[in-house]
Amino acid sequence: MNTTTATFAPTLPADWRDFLALTKPRVMSLVVFTGLCGLLAAPGHIHPVLGFAAILCIAMGAGGAAVLNQWWEADIDALMKRTANRPLPGGRMRREDARDFGLFLCFTSVIVMGLAVHPLAAGVLALSIVYYSVIYTMWLKPRTPQNIVIGGGAGAFPPLIGWIAVTGHITLMPVLLFAIIFTWTPPHFWALALFVKTDYAKAGIPMMPVVAGERSTRQQILVYAVILLGVALAPWAIGGTGAIYGAAAFVLSAVFLALSARVAFRQSQPGDTMKPEKQLFAFSVLYLFALFAALVVDRMVLA
Amino acid sequence: MTPEEQEEFIRRRKARNGVIALGLFGLVVLFYFITIARIGGN
Repeated sequence: MNTTTATFAPTLPADWRDFLALTKPRVMSLVVFTGLCGLLAAPGHIHPVLGFAAILCIAMGAGGAAVLNQWWEADIDALMKRTANRPLPGGRMRREDARDFGLFLCFTSVIVMGLAVHPLAAGVLALSIVYYSVIYTMWLKPRTPQNIVIGGGAGAFPPLIGWIAVTGHITLMPVLLFAIIFTWTPPHFWALALFVKTDYAKAGIPMMPVVAGERSTRQQILVYAVILLGVALAPWAIGGTGAIYGAAAFVLSAVFLALSARVAFRQSQPGDTMKPEKQLFAFSVLYLFALFAALVVDRMVLA
Repeated sequence: MTPEEQEEFIRRRKARNGVIALGLFGLVVLFYFITIARIGGN
């Protein structure tokens, strides 16, 4: 990480929209959604105000971790077309402001979660923030092509936190919800990495396609898609959900597997549009939304 | 700093202060309702 760069010295105060952009609102929407689903699917009852506070804390914690991620990676972001116009590499904000904003969001989210909702939920939220900001961003991402596999755990925490907010303890079901996102993350990000490979290579990030090559990445996408099929069906198999979730998990995972197989058994050509990879990436986002929505619908029908 | 930059500087600072005030007010309201909910729960 460079500590001084001329482009990171804006003369004007940052616009509030730039602070908002630092929290990665689109990623946060998925985090909030899965956290909310964990909260709604959990057995038990939570006061609506406390439930709202729990989701707000999950959102603030995820936003704060995203801010710290961009504070740390500003020089890397400047090298990639996809991220070069973010507030820090774009020179629209001071790095110290981003760091302070990120720390404020992280600390506030954990403290409010602990005081208002549950200490265990606050502990897991703090763990997820450290996992993403330190273990993934600072340690794994620049060092190993397995960064996404292990770092994917960071995005898997929200449903677990939502569940704990209601029940106050950890059981097999929320761990399986964690496992679903954990298993879903590698094929989701590797599909993206396949069509932005040159950008990652330029920034020196050891993403799987850069280090192990395209062929190996495509094979691993397929392996994870097969594992995901089993993991996604596990909540139904252990009797934690009903047939609505079971059917949805089977259909969605089968489509995911079919799209992954299409990616696995091809090689990109010069000037390739990478359509199958882009379709897999787009479907993977829909997959997670639909699967967790099915979980909540199933729970509400059962109730 | 040119007059245009000065004007933009003031506009941005005002907008940021407004957002911070709104955020703080939101937290106050949230803490109020959390307190009511917790007292009711006990």
